[in-house]
This record gives sequence, C-alpha cells and structure tokens, in this order.
Amino acid sequence: MISLSEIDTTTKRATKAMGFSWGVAEEVGKNMRLLELYGLPGVKNLNEYFKNYKIENYKSIKVISEINEATSIPYCPIELGINFLDQITFVENVKEIKFINIAFPLLFLPFISRGSEVIGKRIFCKIDEKEFLLNFNQTIYSNFLKSEVINNCKLINISFVDNVNTFTENEWNEIYKISEKTFVEESESLKRDAAGAGLTDND
Amino acid sequence: MEVQLRDPNELMKLSRLGSFHQSKLSFLRSFLKEFKDWKFNKSLFDLDEHGHGIAVYSLSKKKRTYSLICFANKINDSERSDRVIATKWDAAFTLYDGLPTKLDIDRLKKNVPKQEGGRLTFKELTLSRANKSIRMFEHVVKSLSNGNQPDKKILSKVGYLYRTTAVYGSGKFGLADRFRIKNRKEIYGPFRLEMMLVYLVRQFTIDQVNHIAKFKNPKKAVKLDNDISRNLGIGNSTGLGMAPFIVNHPTLLNNWILAREKALKKVREIKKINHNDKETFLLCLKKSLKNISSWNTESEYQNNKISDLLNDLKKLFNFIENFDFKKDYAFNELYIWIEKNLKDECIEYLVSMMLEPYDKIIDPLISEMSSEEERYFNIPGHRTIKDLRNILEEKYNNILKIDFNDKQSNKNFWFISKNKEEPRYAERYKEVGSELEQPLAIARDIKFLYERINNQKIVYQ
Repeated sequence: MISLSEIDTTTKRATKAMGFSWGVAEEVGKNMRLLELYGLPGVKNLNEYFKNYKIENYKSIKVISEINEATSIPYCPIELGINFLDQITFVENVKEIKFINIAFPLLFLPFISRGSEVIGKRIFCKIDEKEFLLNFNQTIYSNFLKSEVINNCKLINISFVDNVNTFTENEWNEIYKISEKTFVEESESLKRDAAGAGLTDND
Repeated sequence: MEVQLRDPNELMKLSRLGSFHQSKLSFLRSFLKEFKDWKFNKSLFDLDEHGHGIAVYSLSKKKRTYSLICFANKINDSERSDRVIATKWDAAFTLYDGLPTKLDIDRLKKNVPKQEGGRLTFKELTLSRANKSIRMFEHVVKSLSNGNQPDKKILSKVGYLYRTTAVYGSGKFGLADRFRIKNRKEIYGPFRLEMMLVYLVRQFTIDQVNHIAKFKNPKKAVKLDNDISRNLGIGNSTGLGMAPFIVNHPTLLNNWILAREKALKKVREIKKINHNDKETFLLCLKKSLKNISSWNTESEYQNNKISDLLNDLKKLFNFIENFDFKKDYAFNELYIWIEKNLKDECIEYLVSMMLEPYDKIIDPLISEMSSEEERYFNIPGHRTIKDLRNILEEKYNNILKIDFNDKQSNKNFWFISKNKEEPRYAERYKEVGSELEQPLAIARDIKFLYERINNQKIVYQ
C-alpha cells in the first residue's frame, strides 16, 4: 500500500511538473493526503485532471462572490480552492455560495474541508446530488462512497453551518440526568470536611 | 530574576548552530533514557560462519514490542559503495512494529535488502542499510579469533564497525505514516524510532563480529571486551538529507532549539545552586576533557575549533578556581562571563555541561521537541500583503541585503535524484538540471518574494 507520505510527496511533485508553482503544488499534496485519508479517490481524480489540464485551459477565479459562474469553460478546482481558502474569512459571511460549472470538483473538496477548520464552522457542500458535511477538517461525512472520477459538475452549493447543537435541550437534560447517577450526594460532614476543609471563607 | 532567551539573530547562525554539542536533550540520550527499562531480547540469531543470515532483536514493555530485523548479506568488495549508486549493502535493517512472524520475515527478506527498490508496509516503522568498515571489521575479527582484543588505538581512529548509508522513516517506501504512531508516549521525543533502529544495529554489529571470530577459531576466540564495545558507535556516511529536512520542517527545528534555550534560561534563573549539582557540573566538565582529546577529524577547520575549545576550557578552569558557586544566580554569572570571554564552540559546549545536573528541567522539555506541523501551514487568508512585507523586513532583514544576482550567492541547487528519489546537491553553473531545482533556496526566494511585493503596482497599506 502506498503511504500517505508518499501520496503527499509524489502528487506535490507531479503538480509542480504540470506547471503549477511549488506553493500551489504543496497545497495539492496536502489535499491528496487528506482525501485519501478520508477514503475519497483523490489520486484517481487528480490523475484524470492532469490528463485534461493542458487541453482544457480551465477557467481561473479571483474574487469569490455569492454566485460564481463559468460559462463555456469550467472552473479549475485547484485555482478555485486556493482562492476559496485565501478568502474564507470573508466568504463565510455569505450564507450560501454557488459555483456553476466546475471541473473535477472532488479536488476542490479538501480546500473546503480546510476552510472549515480555519473558520471553526461546519460546511455543508453539495456537488450536484452528492452531499458532503465537512467537520472542521477532522472528518468528511458523505453519501458519496464510490471510488470514481467526477469529471465535471453543474453546481456546487456551499453553506456555512452555524455552531448549534444537534440535539434538543430536552434530550440533553435527559442525558445529564443519567450522568448524575455517578455523583455523590454530600452529607453535612462531607460538606464540612471535603474540598476546602479547614479554611474559613474569609481568611 | 528572569533571564531572557538568547537572541535568535545571534543564535540561529550556522557558525553558532554548528558549535552545539550533545546534551541531555540529544536524540540518542533521550531515547536511551526512555527505553532503559524496556526488556531487551535477541529473538533470532541465525547467521552462518561468515556472519550472513538473519537476526531479530526486540525491545518490549507491557503490551508494546519493537523488533529490529537484520539481513546480513554476502557482497563482493567491488559491490560495496556508500554512494547513491549502490544497490547492495553488507546489511539491511527494518524496525518492525511488534514481534515478526516467519511470514513477515519471509516477506521482508524479499524487500528490505532491496531498500528503495523494495516495498514496506504500515507494520514497518524505519528502514536502513549499512556497510562494514572493512579495515576495522577485519582487524577485530582477526584479533578476537586469535584470542586477543583489538588495538584500541586503531579502533579509536574510526569508532565503529559499520556505517549506515541511509535511515528512512515516516511513510517512505510504504513504511508506516507518522499519524499511525504519533500518539505513543514512548516515541514523543524526536527521531525515537530512528534512534532505536541505529542503537539496535550497533548491537548487531558487535554480536556479528563475535560470532564470526568464534566460527573462525572456536577454541581460541574471545569476545569483544565490554569497555571496547561501549566505545563503539555506528558510523554515518552522509547525512545530506538532513539539510532539506530542516528547511522543510522549520517548526521542528524551532522546537529543538527552543527546548535547549528554555533549559539554559531555567538553569540561569536558579538562585541557589546546591552542592551536588555544582559537583555534577564540575565532574562532567573534567571527565569530558578526556573525551575531547579523543576526537579525530581530517578537517582543518574542525581541528582548529577543537583546539580553540581546549584553550578556552583552560581559561574557564582558571576562572572557576576562584569562582563562588554559592552566590545567588551563580550559573547566570558564569554564563555571562563565558559569553564575554570564550568562543562559540566553548560557549555551546558549556551550555551542554550546565544542563547535566538538571533532569527536572530537561525531562519535560523533551516532549516539546516534536511538532504538529499541520497546525502551522494552512493559507492564512486573514493576513494581508502588508503583514507579509513587515514580517520579511523584520525577520529576514539580513537576507534582504544579499545580492542573489551574484553567482557566488546562487552557486548551488538541490535536486531530486531520479536514481534514488533522494535530495542531492549540485553546482548550478557546472551541472545540468537546475531548471528542476527543488524549492529549498529559502533565502533567495524570500528576497525574490520581497522584491515582487515591492514592485507591485498596487500600494499595499
């Protein structure tokens, strides 16, 4: 089995060899490590992307706005990702962002995952019908389990999930009540002699 | 009293870093301390009369076991090379996570001797190979088989029976990725598994030489004396890979140096030095003089440094004859005198000696010498170009003064060898391949970045 370290190093070098700068190549290396760590087909998609890269001349993006559309030529997922991560603290203020027409969208995913860690919020990402919940760059929760190449997608929809509990107050109270069974009811003597014993309150 | 950490502008220069000496924070010493109560076992030692075959050494504690698997091979003298072109070595090694089964050993036998040409798995942690120092090895075998101990003078000129030509870890060639093992407490310190491999390899070399001598002359052969064995280490033929490693892992380098600096600061902040600690310091100093006089090098530069070190130590001994260790903050006063009166080599030598009595200061710092690098290398989208320019001007001021159009300042380049997939170093204006240069010329690239920022049409506020 190829180690994650080898995946990182080799994809970084391959990205540089394709004409990207060393800085961008380093980011791609980290991303491939992440995707493969989470069991997503990063290397497979990158390989296919490289085969198309010189032919397609994918569209770049500078400033990310609410709706971003590439008309005839699809967006480059790497350029898109670098800019997304660079602008993450600004774009998080927009509730929902749409990207229309993106090549190899799976290569964009690790940038969103890393963005989730930077802003400390979960990010929900929908690539056409495939759903991904990116949890602070710790895990990726998804309904996409196939090891396949996604050459293109019509729409990526990104929304920032506010930090709220996944449970109701009532559910929490019920759990808390059970946990109380590990507590000891303090008797008068315990109240007197346990923590802080021997000290007067105002000494 | 609070002592300030030493100034990085003074400290982080090659001349000063190159004067550092081993201390209690050194990788090998901290490894030995951690593993001293582990159970050592020679699980397998199946060598023929020439010392070729397989050996397994294990270190165990509670439910954890690490095993070194050694493959000693027959190679012709013409095949032995420490250079990158080598494809055969006297011995090849891997450190296995657990106790290997016969199946594991059979699998590894097909791969480990091939080194870069083989494949390892997540069950293997480090990989290495080594060649004999033929003159030493033959001298020792001959002496032992004749019932004599080898000549210590000859041994001291080399200091080892084998030298490694590479030690790999962290995911190379299929080895276990660091994330799989990084939470094991016993390997929190730096390069623990690499140190373990090399330490066990050293034991193998001693066992192998005894084994061959015994086969050669079963009636007369003696074992290598323990004191002589103790003075033998393992040689290292290159170490070139460490240079790009340090450039690529700046937070690690920072943490290694910072641990040492924090230790020195804490020692200098001790108000009253107790008698035992003072005696330990002085004893280490006196004992180490013998050690210094045993250092051999062919480098004139290094010989001069050793000679300066000995001269400076004489000055120090004269000074401390009348030095009062009972006064408050005596180590701080001593350090200030050292800084003023002695050269880099001796200053750093004495820093190491000053750490010797203080396990309580050193031990907690060892676990601070690793780094969760992922935390530090994300794109900082919240920062501006102006921030970047300020950092460059503040932290890299000396670099910005260098003229990289001068060929001397841009003489060499790093590349990845196609043969070995390893970093190598070459002269830019003599060799081919500089167009495939690795991004390791940090000083030059920082200067270029700074110039690019300043030449932008937009004025960054």
